[in-house]
Amino acid sequence: MSVFNQSRKNVIILVFVSLFVIIIARLFTLQVITSRYKVLADDQGTFRKVVYPDRGIIFDRHRNAILQNTNISDLMVIPNKLRGIDTATLCRILEMDTAQFKKRIVELIIKNSRSRPSVFEPLLSESKLAMLNESMFKFAPAFYLQERSVRSYPYDAAANVLGYTAEVDTNFLKKHPGEGYVAGDYAGMTGLERSYERVLMGERGIEYWKRDNKNRLTERLENGKYDTTAIAGQNLYTSLDVELQQLGEKLMQNKLGAIVAIDPRTGGILAMVSAPTYQPKYLTGSERRKHFSELFLNPALPLLNRTVSATYSPGSTFKTLQALIGLHEGVITTDTRFSCSGAFYGCGGAKPMRCLDVGTFDLRNAITISDNTYFANVMQRVIGQPKFPDVDSALRHWDNYMYAFGLGRKLGVDVPSEKSGNIPTPVYYNKVYGKGHWNYCTFRSVSIGQGEVDVTPLQVANEMAYIANKGWYYLPHVVDSIEDGDKFDITSKYRKKINPVNIPDSIFEAVHDGMQGVVDRGTGAGAKVPGIAICGKTGTVENYYKGVKQQNHSFFCGFAPRDNPRIAIMCVVENSGRFGGTYAAPIVGLMIEKYLNDSITGKARQARLEQLSNLNLMPPRIFAELRKQDSMRHSKDSAYLLAKGYIKIIKDTVGLDDETVDKDEIEAYKKQPANPAVPVKDTLQRPEAILPKENEITTPKDSLRK
Amino acid sequence: MYQKKPEILKGKDWVMIWLYALISIIGLICIISVEYRPNDNFMDSLFAFKKNYSKQFFYLIICAVVAVFILLTDSKFFTATPNLLYVFGVLLMLATFVIGKTVNGSRSWIPLGFMNLQPVETCKIFTALALAKYLSRPDTDFSKGRAQLIASGICFLPVVFSILQNETGLALVYFSFLLPMYREGFPPVYLVVGASLGVLLVITLLFPPITLIIALSIIAIISIYFLRRKIKRDKKLLLAILSIWLICVTFVGFAVPFLFKHVFQKYQADRIFSMVGRDNPFVDQSATDLPILEPNAKKAKADKEDYNVKQSKIAIGSGGMFGKGFLKGTQTQGDFVPEQHTDFIFTSLGENFGFVGCTLLMLLYLGMLLRIVYIAERQRSTFSRVYAYSVAAILFFHVAINICMTIGLAPVIGITLPLMSYGGSSLLTFTILIFILIRLDADRQMVLR
Repeated sequence: MSVFNQSRKNVIILVFVSLFVIIIARLFTLQVITSRYKVLADDQGTFRKVVYPDRGIIFDRHRNAILQNTNISDLMVIPNKLRGIDTATLCRILEMDTAQFKKRIVELIIKNSRSRPSVFEPLLSESKLAMLNESMFKFAPAFYLQERSVRSYPYDAAANVLGYTAEVDTNFLKKHPGEGYVAGDYAGMTGLERSYERVLMGERGIEYWKRDNKNRLTERLENGKYDTTAIAGQNLYTSLDVELQQLGEKLMQNKLGAIVAIDPRTGGILAMVSAPTYQPKYLTGSERRKHFSELFLNPALPLLNRTVSATYSPGSTFKTLQALIGLHEGVITTDTRFSCSGAFYGCGGAKPMRCLDVGTFDLRNAITISDNTYFANVMQRVIGQPKFPDVDSALRHWDNYMYAFGLGRKLGVDVPSEKSGNIPTPVYYNKVYGKGHWNYCTFRSVSIGQGEVDVTPLQVANEMAYIANKGWYYLPHVVDSIEDGDKFDITSKYRKKINPVNIPDSIFEAVHDGMQGVVDRGTGAGAKVPGIAICGKTGTVENYYKGVKQQNHSFFCGFAPRDNPRIAIMCVVENSGRFGGTYAAPIVGLMIEKYLNDSITGKARQARLEQLSNLNLMPPRIFAELRKQDSMRHSKDSAYLLAKGYIKIIKDTVGLDDETVDKDEIEAYKKQPANPAVPVKDTLQRPEAILPKENEITTPKDSLRK
Repeated sequence: MYQKKPEILKGKDWVMIWLYALISIIGLICIISVEYRPNDNFMDSLFAFKKNYSKQFFYLIICAVVAVFILLTDSKFFTATPNLLYVFGVLLMLATFVIGKTVNGSRSWIPLGFMNLQPVETCKIFTALALAKYLSRPDTDFSKGRAQLIASGICFLPVVFSILQNETGLALVYFSFLLPMYREGFPPVYLVVGASLGVLLVITLLFPPITLIIALSIIAIISIYFLRRKIKRDKKLLLAILSIWLICVTFVGFAVPFLFKHVFQKYQADRIFSMVGRDNPFVDQSATDLPILEPNAKKAKADKEDYNVKQSKIAIGSGGMFGKGFLKGTQTQGDFVPEQHTDFIFTSLGENFGFVGCTLLMLLYLGMLLRIVYIAERQRSTFSRVYAYSVAAILFFHVAINICMTIGLAPVIGITLPLMSYGGSSLLTFTILIFILIRLDADRQMVLR
């Protein structure tokens, strides 16, 4: 029987072999031809973990760390190990009830599964951390603490200069493609954190990990063969003097305004106070969101860096520059006298410009007592020089001086969001009045720093450095040097001496004389510091908010000591009322004393310091707006949602690369011209927007050399 | 592996022994690669009996001892006792109904304390012996229908018990006994009919029964129309066509739904349907355990059914040509493949050693199968030959289905990869099967009936 069926052996062998061939063919397609499964395997089996290096540390001029990193702890939980944990104690420490606790655990399980660690409570406060550390053994192994690095501010100062970091949003990612940012990363948003982001962030490392079926990381892939190590961010050495900064912030508390102090020899910024400021640590840690919306909604605009982002009419501080131009143009000498019988009548029937002191003055005295008529006459002579065929070219000539002095343009400081200010141009007046329909009298108030001229506090301080140096300056900057070298070539432009106009020293000496007189016996006597020769100039600036005249701004700028100046400084106290000498001058005096003498000595000076810092000069409108906001918050159930919308706006506007002006800021800081002849509507147009290219100064030196 | 005594070793088929040793050691290596983690102390855990690979290591030692015992046994023992052993096996299966333990929904295990015994697994040996015994009886005329029926009865009795115990996967293995029966003269027409029913079954899975019944009726009417002249001459043809039509319709309309509703477990039916890419139509989806099923949830459920196969394919597919290297497979080390040390052990080989490794193993298995066929054909006794073919068939069925299952060519039915998968029960069964064969082969010069 078996013999007949012997051939069936071959059928059986055929079946065996053919099925094995099919299997091997299938294996070949699966393993060799298709790459899909390899990709899938890498996706689920390995994890590319980005390792964030510590951000760079920022030091002041005495090598004090003013911005560094500290570790802060997150409380982590692995839900599937929760059995038998003393939840009651934990809830008591975290100040929550058990229902909240359960809800949060359930949410985490839904979000992140049972077996993976999730953040239960981020950024623990110090007190909670201390309590948790004591009894952590009760909560192990389900709970554990995980440290992470956050920014900290040992001196609690210079919030607006240093800036803050925040999670990047989609807008940011769109603007910075290919720089390696992903959602969830932190990046510097304002201040030095923003402008030196590339330097501070360091280089990220990548670790490849194996991952298991529950998405837990198990071990390094191939013992880290493919990993790249993270490189810590570079440290920044700034020219800031943190004690001076702190003093400035103390003096400016409960006031609106700004102080900028520059070392004229280097252009390094010594202090940059924007008031009101905020505690920089508010914008790190667990309460960041809440604080941010509070700060953002505050009508006093604490997040605005007034030193570079706010513009003011310079007021009488502008007169020093007019003196320089008048002398350099040769339209006056130091002995030229003009008299004021109560006002400037050079423009006939138009509204006369009042002067405070009636009498006849030479240049030095005119600066000292800040005589309006004198400088209105000086500018009238400058503009009216016969060498100019028309007022257009005359004003253009005058503008070139302004640009040379660093006004009307962004200086290019390394703090973001700098405004350019405004210097009125012929193009602007032609547009408003029509060509030939305007003359010096139209803009005569510019001569005393009112009207269409706008400057930032930084520009004024820089102008003081220029005068102090007798004709040159370095671009003001905060960062002196970068540890391990400036790989992105950010700081080189701050090492070029700028010497735009050749004005003889004798002219500067005359102006210095006048400015020293201001402090010694003139309007700025409040700035006097025994033993230091201070040159200064006061300014009392008329201003308007939403078309309504506000209390005057108090301005003071100056430098010291007169010979070999080491500090050029400017201070503005917004809407303080009274005169420039009243508030700004004594503040500057104290700042200069602190910087040059290293301390404020004497009971009387100390008392002055306390008195000034306790002074509350916050304009009443701020309180009114705060009250309005409070009632709004009550009526609207969730101020948070409101703030959320705002957060987006501010994120979009404070970036370095986005210099377009925030609408709110414009409104808050728009100053109406003192000259009522100009229609309000037209002055809203920013001249810089309509300034054509050919009108911009190219080589001020050549154009001014006769 | 075992004591080298000349008497034991005389006349033994060394190729088989080497193949056996090679495959089981590869299996052990694969289990190690599934479970071993870089921080483990290998030697400690190998002897600690805690990890699966350590257990498998001890099972291998036990198997070696058992193999030696089998080789020492007189081969007449195996020809004398099959009926007794078969009855014992059947009794064991019946005992399972009383003292059985339920594992993964199938009540087919007998707890022995140190290990769990699955009688349906062990019964394969007894069935193979009993079939060989029956077919080798001098008064069995296998060309007769009666003998064929009895032989089939011997083979499929355990299947009935196994299905009743909800263990369908292993029950299917018994269909491999058709192969030795075919070799001994089982008429191929039955196999053709069986295969046709198989095809019909697959078609039934793909299309709704109503469509199929209509299609079958149309085919019947068309064939009656074309054959009308012949039918006029021979009325039997009409009867044949009608009965075939009736059988098919019954099969499609009643037998398959019955099979899926009452014979298969729901998860098995789901797996079979997920193979052909359909939802299980024999379960009222809206009335199952999740009453608020959304379309998405339904999809998620189907995905879960596919998860094993998907992960298995990813693991094998990511191995590439030469594999990632021993202990370097990310999928294996990450526990992505469920049941990787047992039914899906092949994935570990696929990921770590790639296409080359897989092909080598396949060639080892094919070599073993062909060697068994060669051994079978050199036997003088029908008993040894039938037994050898039974071993080949069981081995083939296990290897083919298991590997097809891991690469997505067959539905996931839980049967092991012979000699590779972790588990004492499976390893011991195949050891006994193979070594009885080697023992019988050693005495091939004797005519054992």
